[in-house]
Amino acid sequence: MSATKDVLVTPLFKNNPIGLQILGVCSALAVTSNLNTALVMTLAVTVVTAFSNMFVSLIRNQIPSSVRIICQMTIIASLVIVVDQILKAYAYDVSKQLSVFVGLIITNCIVMGRAEAFAMKNPPGISFLDGIGNGLGYGVVLIFVGFLRELFGAGKLFGIEVLPLVNDGGWYLANGLMLLPPSAFFIIGIFIWIVRSFDKKQVEAPEFVLAKNSKKEAV
Amino acid sequence: MEQYISLAVKAIFVENMALAFFLGMCTFLAISKKVQTALGLGIAVIVVLAITTPVNNLIYNLLLREGALAWAGYPDVDLSFLGYISYIGVIAAIVQILEMFLDKFVPALYNALGVFLPLITVNCAIMGAALFMVERDYTFSESVVYGAGAGVGWALAITALAGIREKLKYSDVPEGLRGLGITFITVGLMSLGFMSFSGVQL
Repeated sequence: MSATKDVLVTPLFKNNPIGLQILGVCSALAVTSNLNTALVMTLAVTVVTAFSNMFVSLIRNQIPSSVRIICQMTIIASLVIVVDQILKAYAYDVSKQLSVFVGLIITNCIVMGRAEAFAMKNPPGISFLDGIGNGLGYGVVLIFVGFLRELFGAGKLFGIEVLPLVNDGGWYLANGLMLLPPSAFFIIGIFIWIVRSFDKKQVEAPEFVLAKNSKKEAV
Repeated sequence: MEQYISLAVKAIFVENMALAFFLGMCTFLAISKKVQTALGLGIAVIVVLAITTPVNNLIYNLLLREGALAWAGYPDVDLSFLGYISYIGVIAAIVQILEMFLDKFVPALYNALGVFLPLITVNCAIMGAALFMVERDYTFSESVVYGAGAGVGWALAITALAGIREKLKYSDVPEGLRGLGITFITVGLMSLGFMSFSGVQL
């Protein structure tokens, strides 16, 4: 059973799709200005990745490799249409806030990347779990960023007031910068830094090393 | 005429695809180590965006939107839910056609672009432009301007980032931040700079 657990757990921190594989960064930044959209996006991506992995894996022996990209695209696009219609029916407000980013799950590299790298080589069951694992790994970053941005930017979590704002007679002065796009980049940069300080193996080798200073007085 | 110029400026600077909407981030971060390759990819994105956005606009207006099929005798049909799958199909097909066309007629450009052309299919900036075009209800000529403008903005951003990263490799970055981490922070600073085109509202 350990293989199953491995497939589920490693993408969370050790091989995080955003932090290490540089996949699916686009939507990670755009939907994280509050926790609600971040959570919905995580669910949507997890569902799409899991099912697309399963279906791609089911037909992996039938599709000729020259047209495999377009086959994967069709499967993913159909799944995203289903998710989009469900969101529009049951969570219309959130779906309006996510605007084009639901559609952009199609081009989210996590989905394509896992279909190509994992599902094409493995049986359906384990591919399904790999999809869930990677979807959750993506979700960890999303929720971390969403948590910080909503808490410090608006003093709220899930829209419920946690830090009372100065405007409403409280004590917390909201940091508006947190709600703007650049802060998402900074937070993800710091997230990567934290993860890599604990797991040294992920540190990238430098392309260029400074020579030691050879002059005595400089030391 | 004026509205087209303002739309172009808006698409290039104010609503920069990469820095304000985070679209095409995966390729943006992965292929920005050298200015030369970044520029090649940027040009490819401009070309593809300028072609696919208007084509998707035609498809949306003539086939998919509610009542668009009136000319075929089906005034009540609303096929807009098929949008995603048609846009991505169109994009994949056009990239493929462009690749074959360049291979045959402009081999120099084809060789310069190399592996980037097929990669563009999964670049979110292309799909994003198509979806924004639908959401904002652009006309055909507006979509031409918007597509080209968005491409130019994206190319500008990736070339600038590549320039910074080329210099950055000589600097002494803390261990855990090396590579991806510092790139994120650089992009954050660039995005902050680009925000000044629209004004920062806190």
